[in-house]
Amino acid sequence: MSTRLQNHGRLIDRSMRLEFNWNGKRLNGFKGDTLASALLANGEMLVGRSFKYHRPRGIVASGPEEPNALVGLGQGGKYEPNQRATTTELFNGLTAKSQNHWPSLEFDVGGVNRVMTRFFPAGFYYKTFMAPSFAWKHVFEPVIRKAAGLGAAPDPEERDADRYEYFYAHCDVLVIGGGIAGLAAALQAGKSGAKVLLLEQENHFGGRAPVDGVTIEGKPAQDWIDATVAALDSMENVTIRTRTMGAGVYDHGYALGYERLTDHAPEIAGPRHRLWRIRAKRILTATGAIERPLSFAGNDVPGVMLAGAVRDYMINHGVSVGDGVVVATNNDDAYRTAIALKEAGLDVPAVIDARSTATGPLVEKARAMGIRVETGTAISSVYGNKKVTSVGLCKQSGEGTKTDELDCDAVAMSGGWSPVVHLWSHCGGKLNWDSEMAMFRPDPSRPPLGADGEGFVLVAGTANGHLDAAAAIADGHAVGAQAASEAGFDAKDDAAPLAESEAEGPILAVWSMPQGQNKKLQMKTFLDYQNDVKVSDVRLAAQEGYESVEHTKRYTTLGMATDQGKLSNINGLAVLADSLNAEIPQVGTTTFRPPYHPISMGAIAGEARGGLFKVLRRTPMHDWTDSNGGVWEPVADWRRPYCYQQAGESVKEAVNREILQTRNSVSILDASTLGKIIVKGPDAGKFLDMLYTNMMSTLKVGRCRYGLMCSENGFLSDDGVVARLDEDTFLCHTTSGGSDRIHAWMEEWLQTEWWDWKVYTANVTEQYAQIGIVGPNARKVLEKMGTDMDLSAEALPFMAFADGEIAGIKARPYRISFSGELSYEVAVPAAQGQAFWDAALAAGKEFGITPYGTEALHVMRAEKGFIMIGDETDGTVIPQDLGLNWAISKKKEDFLGKRAQQRPHMVDPKRWRLVGLETEDPSVVIPDGAYAVDGTTRANGVKNMIGRITSTYYSPTLKRSIAMGLVEDGPERMGDTIMFARTDGTTINAKIVDPVFLDKEGARQNV
Amino acid sequence: MSDAVSVVNGASFDGAVQVKDAGLVGMVTLRGDFTSDSLAKAVKSAVGLALPEARQVKQGAKGGVAWMSPDELLLFCEYDTADALVAKLNKALAGEHFLAVNVSDARASFTLKGAGVREVIAKGSPADLSPEAFRQGEIRRSRLGQVAVAFWLSGPDTMELVCFRSVGSFVYDWLCVAAEKGTLPEYFNAG
Repeated sequence: MSTRLQNHGRLIDRSMRLEFNWNGKRLNGFKGDTLASALLANGEMLVGRSFKYHRPRGIVASGPEEPNALVGLGQGGKYEPNQRATTTELFNGLTAKSQNHWPSLEFDVGGVNRVMTRFFPAGFYYKTFMAPSFAWKHVFEPVIRKAAGLGAAPDPEERDADRYEYFYAHCDVLVIGGGIAGLAAALQAGKSGAKVLLLEQENHFGGRAPVDGVTIEGKPAQDWIDATVAALDSMENVTIRTRTMGAGVYDHGYALGYERLTDHAPEIAGPRHRLWRIRAKRILTATGAIERPLSFAGNDVPGVMLAGAVRDYMINHGVSVGDGVVVATNNDDAYRTAIALKEAGLDVPAVIDARSTATGPLVEKARAMGIRVETGTAISSVYGNKKVTSVGLCKQSGEGTKTDELDCDAVAMSGGWSPVVHLWSHCGGKLNWDSEMAMFRPDPSRPPLGADGEGFVLVAGTANGHLDAAAAIADGHAVGAQAASEAGFDAKDDAAPLAESEAEGPILAVWSMPQGQNKKLQMKTFLDYQNDVKVSDVRLAAQEGYESVEHTKRYTTLGMATDQGKLSNINGLAVLADSLNAEIPQVGTTTFRPPYHPISMGAIAGEARGGLFKVLRRTPMHDWTDSNGGVWEPVADWRRPYCYQQAGESVKEAVNREILQTRNSVSILDASTLGKIIVKGPDAGKFLDMLYTNMMSTLKVGRCRYGLMCSENGFLSDDGVVARLDEDTFLCHTTSGGSDRIHAWMEEWLQTEWWDWKVYTANVTEQYAQIGIVGPNARKVLEKMGTDMDLSAEALPFMAFADGEIAGIKARPYRISFSGELSYEVAVPAAQGQAFWDAALAAGKEFGITPYGTEALHVMRAEKGFIMIGDETDGTVIPQDLGLNWAISKKKEDFLGKRAQQRPHMVDPKRWRLVGLETEDPSVVIPDGAYAVDGTTRANGVKNMIGRITSTYYSPTLKRSIAMGLVEDGPERMGDTIMFARTDGTTINAKIVDPVFLDKEGARQNV
Repeated sequence: MSDAVSVVNGASFDGAVQVKDAGLVGMVTLRGDFTSDSLAKAVKSAVGLALPEARQVKQGAKGGVAWMSPDELLLFCEYDTADALVAKLNKALAGEHFLAVNVSDARASFTLKGAGVREVIAKGSPADLSPEAFRQGEIRRSRLGQVAVAFWLSGPDTMELVCFRSVGSFVYDWLCVAAEKGTLPEYFNAG
């Protein structure tokens, strides 16, 4: 059983005892522990169940590569599933739960899946779920959903209790990784004067060097590390961030850093995570290496761990993983673990070395200490269920016939080390296969390229394939200088720090243990612990014709879990290569994609949550509306009131009341969201003639004209009223959602096509509060408010505007009407919008003035047969479809959309065209979007459609339902009754009528 | 114009830095040909300042001027005098091709004060806000989170920020969150 030792533990503070909760048990650890080391210290070897077979699983690794020890961390608003115990720093009161088991970790019903292993081979999902289709809903989905899944999603009613943020940083050299190579690189770059940002994912520096007993400049590595960190700290041009992981590298020197500010101490206020968005001239990755497991049967039994991790837990946290630890290896590095265990007084029954000879200094040292070394030997199988009890030995060259059995508590395995090349590869850095070292390493001649065609990522140290400490630190020193000089700084050409560690003999590439492992053993040999992918699965995939590593990955799910195959990828592709009788570099790796290690959703969202989730545009009357019954609806980024609900009335009643109040007396409308764009210059008229389908250059100063805008493809894009302010200046109103888009549209044409035309534009949408005073009493209200303008029909007729003052406020009333009533849309300075609104309400009191919302606006414009962009149009409708031929100039030589509107399909008489519709039953409102059907059926069995509804309302003015729609031959079929299909199979009869339902002559607005 | 109100109506927040509504500021957009002598003269006469260089902002006794694009300036003045300034420009530039328009009401303005103003803005703007890269006298048209803004330093520890009026409340709320005490990364003044 794992336990805490009396000695070792360089990272823990034994005077600071911390209490935590594991599956309801109260356990203790020390400050400096990770959750993983604290669990091991408490003898908790079993930490979870696997994803597919629910096999018992224990801690394998000591860092972010950990596949098994995923826990549900925290509670309530702080709960998060799938957190790695190995990267979770222990704090007082930490609460964690194991995952993927029912009813308990110790006894799991799903574990019976284990017995089913032979029935879940590679591609099981693809093979099984093809047919029959009904089985999906009733068998596969419910069963698999219950059995599979990683962790439990947070309660949907809970909200993340923490907050998050971004920070944008720029630097010359970004160094990722604070091991000895990263520190040497940062120091060298820092000395050159370059602005350096150094990120270290842990809260301590030096990487593996202190654990591996490296000496630097003749002293323990820690002395040099401390001195170097102090030196970097004192440099003004160097910034160091700990607990900050380099998460991803992107084009043009962009990188993401993931800073965990409060995970280790939740009592700290402020954001939990900060996502650093970094722009660097050069990115230097010194990200070390990850140890590979060995592929032997039973390599997933709790207690089988990476040799380096066994050493880490002992030296860093003073934790032993068992009294008797068998070491299995194909290289010399694992002997460091055997030696360290022995020196700590623990038992090493044997080192099982797959190599036929092993004579390096570390091996000899182990032998001299009396450790039994079995060369040419393999583990045939690990015995034990929830923990290791013994291992069987066999010849590495054989098929797995057991020759001996050794009792033990744990197995420390090492299949060699793989450089962490992820960040190098994210943006396209290429790799070479080094067959002597049995690893992929970066090819410095094929780096990811930046905008200047030069490589912008450099890699140093162990990540660059230098597994030896002396070479790693020298590489960091040299590459740090190179990065600085590439960033434009003079790096010093001084001597690199001298590191020393025991020399290592050659590694033997071992992808299968034993070499000719029989099929039965292959089925117990795991490559990917998290997704339960075994050697037998990959071999089966190869047998079934999968040759590409990317396809095999998806077919078997190898490397597709949250650890992204950090432990399994190389072993898996080596097995694939072997099965295909190919070389490893021919098979290649799968694509490395960011993030390197999962980062929180909160960090990705940053501050954008709650009120800051999405930008909200507010008109000057927003707050008034909010506190006066406004029922909000989104209109682009604005909020507009659907209606203003009064006490005791329904939304529908409010809408009807607002319409009748407008038609019978006077109402007030907040129309501030309408876009307003100034277009000025000698060529302004010519420019607007190109933009609008009708003629704008002939508009008289002081007058308004309604216009349509189309895209180059002829489709309606926007509409609005244009006012001519003076000879050279026009003000174009756009739809509420269209102000930014149309302004950009104007600028694009002016900047790219008609750059020589003398036209300037300015978007003044927000300069004005635009307030509609609408209804037969509108003029009386404005006159009562007090004005220096003559607002009479003679002085200010329909489609004219004036400038002056109303209620003491500078105002420009436009006599334009979207309701068909006498109407003034008054533009006033936005800062005085509320003041004007208040004055209008006061003056209109005697007429019962009330505000109206967007629905009343929509109904009233439909009563008048006015189209609405987005209702009558959907990007496929041309003005001719809507009977707007009167607004299309025939005199103009050209306008945007003109030629497109002459294409055969655009002039097809069978295009659906706009008509009004009245239902036979006046109380029935046709559902929006309903299709007109003619009772026939198309060849494909679908009802034949001859039109569709674009707008449909109940009109309180006309006391009946009204609708507009696009209908084949519609305008030629006036008076005909056609059918509209409902989703329940029934139809509604409606008569085709003129789309103008009210006051066709315009008498109401022309007063 | 006593009834004219700015978006957050004088609100302020004291956090890691102070965030304060700068109130109503007179602003005039002027588009024209920067190589024209009459434009330079008109600007000089309007705000007492020479044309700014690219990304430059200047403040003088009579007003201010900021470079917005190769053919656009933003002139600053007292809120009440913006219309008069437009009239003056219209007169001075009569016969030229230009556009002068009062945009005072289309804006919200904020002043941030404190040693950490650069870092508050750098939580939302991808511009390089380090002291080496962003100096007093320079204006950046950038974004803050999801919203377009422009900002410049009016003093070593004072940042002026302008956004559209409709998003003024959103930007103010954003700034208050970003300026929460104890949340500055201390990147720019770190050793």
